[in-house]
Amino acid sequence: MIHYPAVVVIASLLGAFIAGILAWVQERYTYPAALIATGISCAAAVWDLIYVAGHGPIAYHMAGWAPPMGIEYRIDTLNAMVLVLITAIAFLNLAASWPNVKQEMPDRSPSFYVMYLLFVVGLTGVASTGDLFNLYVLIEITSLSSYTMIALGDRDRGPISALNYVFVGVIGASFYLLGVGYIYIKTGTLNMAEFAAMIPNIQDSTTILTAFILCIVGVFIKMALFPLHVWLPNAYSYAPVGFARIVAPLMTKVMVYVMVRLMITVFGLDYIFIKLHIADTIVWLGTIAILAGGVMALAQTNLKKMLAYIIVCEIGYMVGGAWLGNDSGITGAVLHILNDGIMTFALFLAVGNMVYKLDRVEIKDLKGLFAGMPWTMTGFVLAAFSIVGVPPTCGFFSKWYLILGAFEAGAWHFAAALLISSLICAVLFFKVFEVCFFESPDTHDGPGSDAHGHHTTVAIQEAPAISLAVLGIAGISLIVVGLYSKTIVVRLIWPLLNP
Amino acid sequence: MTELFMLIAAKYNYWLYIILMMIGLYAMIAKNNLMKKLVGMNIFQTAIILFYVSIGFKHNATIPIIMGDHGHGGHGAAIHAADYINPVPHVLMLTAIVVSVATFGVAMALCVRVYQRYHTLEEDELRMRLSEK
Amino acid sequence: MELITSIKPVLAVLIPLAVIPVLVSSGGRPNVREAWAFIAGILSFTLVASMVPAVLDENRIGMTLFPIAPGADIALRVDALGMLFALVASSLYIITSMYSIGYMRGLNEHSQTRFVAFFALAISATIGAAFSANLLTLYLFYEILSLATYPLVTHHQDENSKVSGRKYLTFILGTSIGLVLPAMIWCYHATGTLEFSAAGIFESDLSTPSATVLLLMFVFGFAKAGIMPVHSWLPAAMVAPTPVSALLHAVAVVKVGVFSIVRVLTGIFGVELLSSLGLGGLVAFIASVTILVSSAIALSQDEFKRRLAYSTIGQLSYIVLGAALLSPKGMTGGILHITMHAFGKITLFFCAGAIFVATGKKYLSQMVGIGYRMPVTMTAFLIGSMSIIGLPPTGGFISKWYLVLGTLEGDQAVMLFVLLTSSLLNAAYFMPIFYKAFFCTQEEAMFERKFDEAPVMCVVPLVITALISFILFFAPQPFLNLSTLAVTGFTGG
Repeated sequence: MIHYPAVVVIASLLGAFIAGILAWVQERYTYPAALIATGISCAAAVWDLIYVAGHGPIAYHMAGWAPPMGIEYRIDTLNAMVLVLITAIAFLNLAASWPNVKQEMPDRSPSFYVMYLLFVVGLTGVASTGDLFNLYVLIEITSLSSYTMIALGDRDRGPISALNYVFVGVIGASFYLLGVGYIYIKTGTLNMAEFAAMIPNIQDSTTILTAFILCIVGVFIKMALFPLHVWLPNAYSYAPVGFARIVAPLMTKVMVYVMVRLMITVFGLDYIFIKLHIADTIVWLGTIAILAGGVMALAQTNLKKMLAYIIVCEIGYMVGGAWLGNDSGITGAVLHILNDGIMTFALFLAVGNMVYKLDRVEIKDLKGLFAGMPWTMTGFVLAAFSIVGVPPTCGFFSKWYLILGAFEAGAWHFAAALLISSLICAVLFFKVFEVCFFESPDTHDGPGSDAHGHHTTVAIQEAPAISLAVLGIAGISLIVVGLYSKTIVVRLIWPLLNP
Repeated sequence: MTELFMLIAAKYNYWLYIILMMIGLYAMIAKNNLMKKLVGMNIFQTAIILFYVSIGFKHNATIPIIMGDHGHGGHGAAIHAADYINPVPHVLMLTAIVVSVATFGVAMALCVRVYQRYHTLEEDELRMRLSEK
Repeated sequence: MELITSIKPVLAVLIPLAVIPVLVSSGGRPNVREAWAFIAGILSFTLVASMVPAVLDENRIGMTLFPIAPGADIALRVDALGMLFALVASSLYIITSMYSIGYMRGLNEHSQTRFVAFFALAISATIGAAFSANLLTLYLFYEILSLATYPLVTHHQDENSKVSGRKYLTFILGTSIGLVLPAMIWCYHATGTLEFSAAGIFESDLSTPSATVLLLMFVFGFAKAGIMPVHSWLPAAMVAPTPVSALLHAVAVVKVGVFSIVRVLTGIFGVELLSSLGLGGLVAFIASVTILVSSAIALSQDEFKRRLAYSTIGQLSYIVLGAALLSPKGMTGGILHITMHAFGKITLFFCAGAIFVATGKKYLSQMVGIGYRMPVTMTAFLIGSMSIIGLPPTGGFISKWYLVLGTLEGDQAVMLFVLLTSSLLNAAYFMPIFYKAFFCTQEEAMFERKFDEAPVMCVVPLVITALISFILFFAPQPFLNLSTLAVTGFTGG
């Protein structure tokens, strides 16, 4: 039996345990322990992906208990891809954020690393499990660890933001749990595959409809779909950098994964698009989320907050895309999980580097940054272009599928929202670039008036090499993933839609 | 009218859980004090736990421990599922209780931090203090 | 006609790209840096030129790089039209590199390394656009070019360039994302392919209204072509240092715009479909309006580079007009005008820059009598402007000749009128400059009658381009052959 699916989750779990003990015994070993644990998770996830792409899905029975009694981990190409994304970002971020953690939390870094590993456990678990109730527990593990880590951030606002997140998060998870309860009433099973097999016979049941709506609403709350997004911007922008860098790219994306999983595997596309007539409404919700997220981002003066609202906007992309009801739309949504994960990661890496040097990232504080932090800014520009959707960065290709899907479905409003949001993002980022490019940090009274702009040379003050190296990796993968998107689509996404 | 009443009465446990849930939700949304909100959150979660417990319940059934005469050896009569309540939802709720306790703990710890910082748990005061900054 | 698989076009695109790290790392030693830029330019040009014989033998050279979706790959393919454009761009890149040494050092500009690096990126994207095998690849390079030129346009980093940069991006990026992208996906949705082909990609399942909308989305979406009313970024972009205006805003960027429109007209819609739907006239009309209006505006501009910019807007529409005539001669003229206008207009920009470096003057009213001080520059200016007006013996005459023939061939007398009126206007806004430079009274002259030219590195390039404009009248063959070949390909005749 292949044990890699379990290793992905358990490596981090054991790592958290060991790191916790080491924090008592010998504090300086917690970091290497965490790094090794996520490294092992990542290696196992890569192995999973290679195996699944070649041999088809793995059904792993936890501790040898067969379903429906035992918990099944089911790895197909979709979650293998998401797992690689999660573990790779977890590993790379841990490497990149070491200087930030040391700077921000000199006294509490061991607890940060332990919670970080638990967070990774939660995320990888959510992405691997094939059991509906287990999914709930893992979502809550993820959320609990993120509550604590957000509170570790900004001393004034961190705890309050975290508390608001707790309230919303609990409601979301509870809705989901309630939905699972109704599924159990009707079918007596919690295993996704088993439930999926029963669906065709109980399509007309109101119980199933209730269950579905409760589950989806719960997931919507957790993924911060507009207007259920209120908790997100504060939570993400007041979190410590080391955590913001992982929670921003992954948390919402993993919840989108859960939604896609519920749609494709659990309830089935036939049930959702043929039986139910709510798809149009939800595409509208996605459209509104895109536009609202973009407009609210325009109003921000803080870079982190701006990026947080862009996440709200991107959630609209994925929700709308998945509910278009055609292959292109779902392909776009799933591809965007991957792409948006990478580009948000790159953006927050760059922002983290800025925070490391500047402490505050109000947009007006970023004057002359192209000269001061050229490498960080290069990465930032690349990621920004990906968000805008400039080829050959990966953001373009998922947007391509999404717009194509919108055309196929005749959802013109959604296509228009996608295009408008690209333009809004262009405005947003060039607003930042202009401050970084035109204004020099010395002059406080606007741009240099010198006709030929013989600016005073700004000394280069870059972030630590390791942070830059990780940013470099993220930046390169933005382009590589973009150029190989057909491979990803054909090998990983289409097998899922047409088994 | 009577039919409706009968419907409610027949499944009163489910109606109760919905009422409890709404009370919890109300407290979370409308209360000004963070501690009260937390209590509301706990009521909300408890309602769901009660819901699950009701699922497993059966009339005239007992706890799911197989009784002596059905025991090992297979000489007894067949086991009737109807004689035992369904243990799975209850087991699930053990986990859910743990989750809710953990959430409550974390949330209280956060409240303590907020209180240490601002010496208040009233939301409007907190909002005022934050906007002053 | 056969398709040769070769890595040469890829290399031609990659060499200017690959040299960027070298340029950046040798930033401290300007001579080494410039030498590398030259080597890259020459290598790239040699590669492009080495493919000319094969293309003239009616072969196509290409390579698929990355499959993106069925029917839409990132692929390069060299055909006659692309070859013509790449040849112009890569040869002028070498000359402009030389010129920018003289200009940038002459003015002691800051951040020269950044300038050189983004210049290389821009030229790489231009060659890529020229060699694109399908609309997706073209869009990719189009966008890269838009963004790569932003730091060049805003090189001075002052308030003025900030405002212009904003305008530049709003127009270029706004239209490409807002119009071209949906139009492209619409095409892909309707046909499942984006590959350029002479027959077009639509199999007559396109109704006239949707074809019209689609066509307009493309024509206005490629705002780099400067079709009115999406032209106003070009005068704004004149805040850039002159080498940028010269290569990018007379050759690379704007020509990528018209090149894209020509590609869409001939490769996506196809000549046949356009003539059967009668849409050529629509585009020709839009182009004619632009030609006349921009020429009229150019008359009133006092800033040298702005006058050139409005002149460029008009001349670009000649190319679009030529393609929209849909007659073989007219299309040949339009495509040929890419070359002729490039060499002519770059000469004029070089002159404007040389005058600025030597005297610091930007306005035409301040250039009275400059002919005696800078005779070489002003003679080159005369040749360049003659080429733009379309007077023999310069290259511009030949392309205009074909355009005129094209209007006659297509029986479009109105267009003939447009061409002739605009030529008169061209003369009216160029000739006074030359006249004032040489023929003025002693009192009017603003300069001493003393020979004092710009740096050698500024003068040599403009002499070269002027000479080429002159030679092209007598020997237009390579470009003429390429354009006739391209047109033969499009019309299938």
